[in-house]
Amino acid sequence: MPQLQNLNNNSFRITFPGKPLAVRSALAQMMEQLTALDLSDHDRGNIELVLAEAMNNIVEHAYIDTPDGMVELQITPTYNGLVCHLRDEGVPMPEGKAPSGSPAPLDCDTEELPEGGFGWFLIRDLAHDLNYTRISGKNLLSFRISVGAT
Amino acid sequence: MQLETTPRDDALVVTALMDRIDAAIAIQFKDDLRTVTNGEAPRVVLDLSHVDFLDSSGLGAVVAAMKLLAPAQKLELAGLGPNVEKVFRLTRMDSVFTIHSTVDAAFDGVAKAS
Repeated sequence: MPQLQNLNNNSFRITFPGKPLAVRSALAQMMEQLTALDLSDHDRGNIELVLAEAMNNIVEHAYIDTPDGMVELQITPTYNGLVCHLRDEGVPMPEGKAPSGSPAPLDCDTEELPEGGFGWFLIRDLAHDLNYTRISGKNLLSFRISVGAT
Repeated sequence: MQLETTPRDDALVVTALMDRIDAAIAIQFKDDLRTVTNGEAPRVVLDLSHVDFLDSSGLGAVVAAMKLLAPAQKLELAGLGPNVEKVFRLTRMDSVFTIHSTVDAAFDGVAKAS
């Protein structure tokens, strides 16, 4: 069961196992907490999408061989948006960096249309200041999602 | 099974009843969509009006389903809410699918033509 903490400095932290249903539950709990920030539907949509994509990547790649690996998500509201930190203990990102997420071309026949690879494109399109590092066997991904622009 | 089918004119309307098409259910969704459309009308309209959230896994499932149905069947989309529409638009997948604002709108043109 994901454990959500409301930290003293107005950050929210939740720790959960790297499995699809736990991601769903953790995301729902975090979005519930964020209602206190009175964000627009547009901003909530962006936040939920970027978080889902980043967390799914951990489940599907970092923890590909570790079904019980834990994931920690921390969100800190700042003047500049929501700063998000994700930590896991899975395998490193390929070549030690976050994928560029270049979208595959779509001007092809139906049978050649891509069915995947959109996740990093969406993350990079909607989030700022993306940073990936690896420290002491842990993956640390941070990014900022702007709010209130529209 | 969270898909409901309704024949309409010469098409099959498939209503997705779940509120999320995400990584947790994407594969099941794709398989179920293929199951309910198998051998059915050449035109399939997928009603996504109940779906509040769709991520890249969900998008991939819809694309995969479209590819599985082709070429005998054409998959069209209807009722995309703002979050779902955003994912199709940002990835430019909205240029690959025929997208209707509502299910009724998917059939207006046909009615007028006849």
